[in-house]
Amino acid sequence: MIAFILQRLMQSVLVVFAMSVIVFVGVYAIGNPIDVLIDPGATQAIRDALIERYGLDQPLWQQYFTFVTNVAQGDLGRSMVYNVPVTTLIFSRLPATLELVLVAMAIATLLGVPLGIWAGYKPESFSAKAIMAFSILGFSVPTFWIGMLLIMGFAVNLGWLPSGGRGPVGEFLGVPTSLATAQGWSHVILPAVNLSLFKMGLMIRLTRAGMVEAMRADYVKFARAQGLSELEVVFGHVLRNISIPIVTVFGLELGSTLAFAVVTESVFNWPGVGKLIIDSILQLDRPVMVSYLVMVVILFVLINLIVDIVYARLDPRVRLKGEE
Amino acid sequence: MAVAETTRRQRLGEFWSDFARSKVAVLALAVIAALLFLAFACEWVAPQDPYDLRNLDWGDAFLRPGAVGSGGYTHMLGTDNVGRDMFSAILYGLRTSFIIGLSAGGLALTVGIAVGLTAAYFGGRTEAVLMRVVDLQLSMPAILMALVLVAVLGSGVAQIVLALVVAQYAYFARTTHGAATVERRKDYIEAARSTPLPTRRVLFRHLLPNVMPPLIVVATVQVAAAIALEATLSFLGVGLPLTEPSLGSLISNGFRYIHTDRTWLSLYPGFALMITVVAINLVGDQVRTVLDPRQNR
Repeated sequence: MIAFILQRLMQSVLVVFAMSVIVFVGVYAIGNPIDVLIDPGATQAIRDALIERYGLDQPLWQQYFTFVTNVAQGDLGRSMVYNVPVTTLIFSRLPATLELVLVAMAIATLLGVPLGIWAGYKPESFSAKAIMAFSILGFSVPTFWIGMLLIMGFAVNLGWLPSGGRGPVGEFLGVPTSLATAQGWSHVILPAVNLSLFKMGLMIRLTRAGMVEAMRADYVKFARAQGLSELEVVFGHVLRNISIPIVTVFGLELGSTLAFAVVTESVFNWPGVGKLIIDSILQLDRPVMVSYLVMVVILFVLINLIVDIVYARLDPRVRLKGEE
Repeated sequence: MAVAETTRRQRLGEFWSDFARSKVAVLALAVIAALLFLAFACEWVAPQDPYDLRNLDWGDAFLRPGAVGSGGYTHMLGTDNVGRDMFSAILYGLRTSFIIGLSAGGLALTVGIAVGLTAAYFGGRTEAVLMRVVDLQLSMPAILMALVLVAVLGSGVAQIVLALVVAQYAYFARTTHGAATVERRKDYIEAARSTPLPTRRVLFRHLLPNVMPPLIVVATVQVAAAIALEATLSFLGVGLPLTEPSLGSLISNGFRYIHTDRTWLSLYPGFALMITVVAINLVGDQVRTVLDPRQNR
C-alpha cells in the first residue's frame, strides 16, 4: 500500500512539474506584456526599469527557475496589473468563488438526487421523462446562455433579484461571506442556480442509472417480501447502495465546478477567482495566469491522487496491481 | 459482397426503426437537417452578407424585428448596433459554429481513435503512459483546457479548432481504449493476429469496426459540446471577433444591451445556439439508447 502511494505521489509530482513547464512556456508565448502594460509614450528608461523589475530580460529557462524557486518559498509573484502579490489577490477572491460553488453544489445535490430517484423509480412515467428531458437541457445548453436568460427573466423583467455583483458581505466565523446577510443571498441565488444546472443534470442521470439497476436486484425483492414499505425499500436499502458513486462524483465535481465558475462569474460579474483569470488572460497578466493555472493543476492532481488511494483501499484488485 | 451489402442495409433499417421509436429524436434530426441546410446555404438565403462591411449602414442600427431598413428588405430579426441584419448574421454564425463543431469533432475522433487503439493494442508501458495522460486530461474540465489553449494560441477559427481537439480527443481515446481492450481478448482478434496480416489491417479492418458504436454516441455529444464551447469562448472574449460572426460573439455583443429593451440582439442568436445544441444532444441520446439496450430497458 505504501509503495503504491509513493509511486502515485511520484507520478503526481512529475505531472505537476511537466504541466508547470507547459503552462509557463505557453503563457510566455502570448504577446508581449510590456506593450500592453506600459503607456506607449513612456520613456525608454521607464521601459527598461519595468522590464528589469519583472525579469523579462532574462532567458526563459532562468525566468522559469526563478518562478519555481519563488513558488517553493510560497511567493507566486506580483500581478502586473494590480501590483499586489498574486497570493494576496487569489486568496482575496477565493471566498467569493467558494461560496458560489458550495451553494451551487448544494442545490445540484439536494434537487438532483431526489429527482433522479423518482426518475429511476418510475422510469416509464411522464414525470420521469420530463425530468430526463430537463437533465438533457442542463447538460447541453451552454451555461452562459442560461445565465443570460436568468438575468433577463428574474433581474430585468421581474426585478426580483439583482443582475450581478456580490452584494454586501457579512462575517461568519471570521470568514467574509455574503451568505451571512439576506441581501447577500439575493445576489448569490441566480449565479448559484446557473452554476448548478449542469451538475444537477449529472446528478439526475447518475442517480437514475443507479436506481434502475438497483431496483432489479434481489435484495429489493427480499426487502419487499419482508413487507417493508416502498419508502423504506428506496431510502433504507437502495439509496444506501447507490450512494457510493454519487459521493465519488460529488467530490470529483467539486473541483470542476471551481473551473466552471469562470463562465458564471463572467456573466454575473461575480468578483471571484474565475473572473480574475478571464481578466488576467484579456490583460496578459502573466503572473496571475501562471499561478492560477499551476494551482488548478495541483488541485486536480491532488483530487486524482486521493481518489486513486481511496479506490485502492476499497478495491483489492487495484491495490494488487500497484504492488506488482 | 452482395450478401454483406444486404445485411448492412438490413442493419441500417433496423437501426432506423429503433431510432424512430422516439418522436422527439426524429423531430430533432429534422431540425438539425434544416439548420444545416440554412447554415450552408446562407449565402443564398440570407438577405445580407454580414462579413462585407460595405453592406452595413449606421442608419440601420437597432432596427426592431420586422422593420424595413435602407436596403429595402425586412429585417425579420432586427439589426444590431452597426446595422447588421441579425437574421443574416445568425445564419452565417451558424455556419461558423457547424464548421468548427464538425471539424473539431472529426479531428478529435481521429486523434482519439489513434491514441486509444495504440494503447489497447500494444499494451504495457505505451498503454500506461498514454492512458495516464488521457485520464489526467479527462479530470480537467474541457472549458478550462480550451480557455488556456486559446489564450496561448490566439483567436481565429483554426486556433479554436485546434484548442477544441486537444481538449476533446481524450473522450474518444478513453472510449476507444475501453471498447478495444474488451474486443482485444476475443477470439476473432487472436485469429486475425495469428495470420500474416499486417498490424495496421488488423487494427483498422478487424478491431475498429467493432468499437465504432460507442464512438458514434460520443461523437454526436462532442460535436454539440464543441459548438457550445466555441460559443462560450467567444462570449468570454477570447474566441472569434464580431467581424467574423459566430453565435457566441453575436450573443456576447447582445449581452451589452441586456438591460435595455433591445433583447432581440441576444435572444435570437441564443435561441439558435440552444436549439442546435439541444437537437444534436437529443439525437445522440436516442442513438445511445438504440445502441446500448441495457440503458433504458
